[in-house]
Amino acid sequence: MDFLYNLLIEPLVQIFTYPIFALEVLIGGLLSGVMYSLVALGFVLIFKASGVFNFAQGAMVLFAALFFAGFMDMGIPWYGALVLTIAVMALLAMTIERAVLRPLVNQPHIILFMATIGITYFLDGLGQTIWGSQVRVLDLGIPQSPMEFGGVQINQFDVVAAVVAGTLVAVLAVFFQKTRIGRALRAVADDHQAALSVGIPLKTIWAIVWTVAGLVGLVAGIMWGAKLGVQFSLAMVALKALPVLILGGFTSIPGAIVGGLIIGAGEKLAEVFWSPAIGGGIEDWFAYMLALAFLLFRPQGLFGEKIIERV
Amino acid sequence: MLYREAGQFKTTYSADQQIFPILQDRIGFFITLAVAFVVIPLFAGNYVTQTILIPFLVLSIAAIGLNLLTGYAGQLSLGTGGFMATGAFAAYKLATSFPDLNIVFVFLAAGVITAFVGILFGIPSLRIKGFYLAVATLAAQFFLLWLFNKVPWFTNYSASGVISAPPMSIFGYYVTGTAASYTAKYLFLLTLVTLLALAAKNMVRGHIGRAWMAVRDMDIAAEIIGIRPLHTKLAAFAISSFYCGIAGAAWAFIYTGSVEPLAFSIDVSFKVLFMIIIGGLGSILGSFLGAGFIILLPIMLTNAPQLLGLNVPVDMISHFEFMIFGVLIIFFLIVEPHGLARLWQIGKEKLRLWPFPY
Amino acid sequence: MSVVADLTDINQASAAAHARRIGDVVLSVQNISLSFGGVRALTNISFDVREHEVLAIIGPNGAGKSSMLNVINGFYHPQEGKIIHKGVERKSMRPHEAARRGIARTFQNIALFKGMSALDNIMTGRNTMMKSNILAQALYFGPARREEMEHRKFCEHIIDFLEIEAVRKTPVGRLPYGMQKRVELGRALAAQPDILLLDEPMAGMNVEEKEDMCRFILDVNNEFGTTMVLIEHDMGVVMDISDRVVVLDYGRKLADGTPDAVRANQEVIDAYLGVSH
Repeated sequence: MDFLYNLLIEPLVQIFTYPIFALEVLIGGLLSGVMYSLVALGFVLIFKASGVFNFAQGAMVLFAALFFAGFMDMGIPWYGALVLTIAVMALLAMTIERAVLRPLVNQPHIILFMATIGITYFLDGLGQTIWGSQVRVLDLGIPQSPMEFGGVQINQFDVVAAVVAGTLVAVLAVFFQKTRIGRALRAVADDHQAALSVGIPLKTIWAIVWTVAGLVGLVAGIMWGAKLGVQFSLAMVALKALPVLILGGFTSIPGAIVGGLIIGAGEKLAEVFWSPAIGGGIEDWFAYMLALAFLLFRPQGLFGEKIIERV
Repeated sequence: MLYREAGQFKTTYSADQQIFPILQDRIGFFITLAVAFVVIPLFAGNYVTQTILIPFLVLSIAAIGLNLLTGYAGQLSLGTGGFMATGAFAAYKLATSFPDLNIVFVFLAAGVITAFVGILFGIPSLRIKGFYLAVATLAAQFFLLWLFNKVPWFTNYSASGVISAPPMSIFGYYVTGTAASYTAKYLFLLTLVTLLALAAKNMVRGHIGRAWMAVRDMDIAAEIIGIRPLHTKLAAFAISSFYCGIAGAAWAFIYTGSVEPLAFSIDVSFKVLFMIIIGGLGSILGSFLGAGFIILLPIMLTNAPQLLGLNVPVDMISHFEFMIFGVLIIFFLIVEPHGLARLWQIGKEKLRLWPFPY
Repeated sequence: MSVVADLTDINQASAAAHARRIGDVVLSVQNISLSFGGVRALTNISFDVREHEVLAIIGPNGAGKSSMLNVINGFYHPQEGKIIHKGVERKSMRPHEAARRGIARTFQNIALFKGMSALDNIMTGRNTMMKSNILAQALYFGPARREEMEHRKFCEHIIDFLEIEAVRKTPVGRLPYGMQKRVELGRALAAQPDILLLDEPMAGMNVEEKEDMCRFILDVNNEFGTTMVLIEHDMGVVMDISDRVVVLDYGRKLADGTPDAVRANQEVIDAYLGVSH
């Protein structure tokens, strides 16, 4: 009885007694949710355009962050490091397309997924071989200290991250809707054969998509790296992006954002308000269990498409 | 010349469907068993047995379990570590709560408990496939590990947090705990593995195995010819979890001697998945080959530079390990998705013709 | 040599046999309407299938023929209408229930299990009848093995019947197209169905293969009395081997009767010649 009370009633009591604190937790959760969305965005881009579920997105995030931090540590100013890292990511994208995707073109999805797991391990090892395994600090000059906003404490860094993510999404939206390449990407996402038949070069498009995903990964990597330090648990952040995709639907950009926000907020709230009842560490599994619940009732996510099977 | 089937005709269907229809294969199998049961205990020392053979046998069980689920039934699972942990802790609670229970019974019961847990997490698989299911199994992985960490009942309220597996014996010989000799452990485990592998092979050539492969290859058609996807997938989850549970119990009781959640992290799930990809999806032999490969690779990598006269720092070696794993996974998926087992089969087919060219 | 000329003899002999054997209505399709989103695949379709007969469903591409078969075996669920099978009325059922009630089918684009051999594929057709539990199978020796051998025997009869003995152990992915179609027919037959739905069984076959397939279909119908519902585009085959023909166009039924009656029907002729309507 006590346990049930602690689990179900007490958190609500706490939220109502300390609304400001609850709001802070919520906002903190939403902002970290934005970071998840960034990683999930990369997944969605690649999945939409080529149907590949790129488990290696997390490793790409880490890879980008490593190179950026490494270049900066070598003394190169941030704009130079950025350009160099973009070049590295583009090279990576093209190599992946050539070496892994092309040979596996008609294989079932599960094979492609496992191949991207292989890519993750490879990038993990390669990154550590090149840059070593110590944690690097990524200093962007953005203050990490909290600031007051109408009586509520908000972390400045998180706000900056949210703004960056929002800008990125807006840029991507414009890119997809207004430019020629964006239109081609949407065509490829819809139907490979039809896109081919109007002359859209599939392989080039895929290389572009992976590069864009790499860039999104770079932004995510820089943001996460600055917040947590560039280290290997970053690749595991990618795992957390999977529940985001389940909530939002694998093919929806707004879904990735909404899903990330829900997961981020949910996680933080659960961690803070359920810990007294069941102990800490809830953040480790909350996202996945939430995804599991969604899978039981709405497998295609909030915004995803229902699949009609044809025989 | 040696490997020809000429003259080996089958006159009954049951002869045609035996596990090793070719006489040379049967002989080869019994020789392998003889070597494993008699020769190796005589010649392998403590180090080789404890660090290579025993983990190889334990992980083979897990690999067979995952192969049944992912290789034969086509349901991708990233929760192997969590299920192994369930088996380990179930065995621990059983052994400590009922100290008079026979170890075989403890292991089997741990497997059954894990099967139930597997069914629970397998229920979402009925509506979803592929990587959706993988995420569901991730939930199992993380939640189960958290559960065993956080709830003190599982560790019998141990203050230090380090719990060791109780010593248990069979036929008068200790097989767990500090009193157990490495030979006793090895032989017990070997018997267990042989029986489990045979059972798996039998299931796979029976109608449940065909139902699994049908669901894997084209689940819509499978449903249309009358196979019930619900039962088939849940059966796959249950049996796979049974094997993983026993593997976990064996890992804790026989290999490491201690029961800790950390030993069953997500890395283990990936490791076992790599074993079956490299060894061969949908092949019992492949599970063994993959397990052996993954166990031996780090050892080869650690020792190779010394043999070549190079001085490579230890952490660099683990990075290389990662890179090589990644490349191998991609290589096998592109070149031979049926892994080492298929290469073995191709080798045998070439052997049937040897020394003739065609 | 055309398929038509060769079949005339068979046709005359079996016409007599057919006339004797066609029984009562075993499946009744009533007012079935099916849509996907905004697309109306079937509109108010009704027809009967009588026991032991060979019924052909024909029509231009996109007429809804495959959808109709999918509704009969429970893969698609219609928005309106019902199906009465063996006296039991149902609007929709799960496909595996349809299979267990004696409805089997083959597919337009072969739906074999590519990872398994031909023999194993046919054995999966017997899955609904194999009852040994998992423990027995793990043990193998004893009841599970006896059951396997029993069903293996039956499947070997089918393999003999379809003349595919030589390829029984080959993974079906490696077999030529015509052979794969035969294996698929074998898998459907393994279930000993009352009603066999065949979706374009002769698509993509050359003349010899078509002759063989016709022979198999007629033999199955004659020897086992299986009711056949087939979708086919080859008019010669349809007119020769079927007892009745149902014509669909744009999801509606145009005609329903003997092959001769349908051949003379003006609406049918218009539909095939592409007269706009």
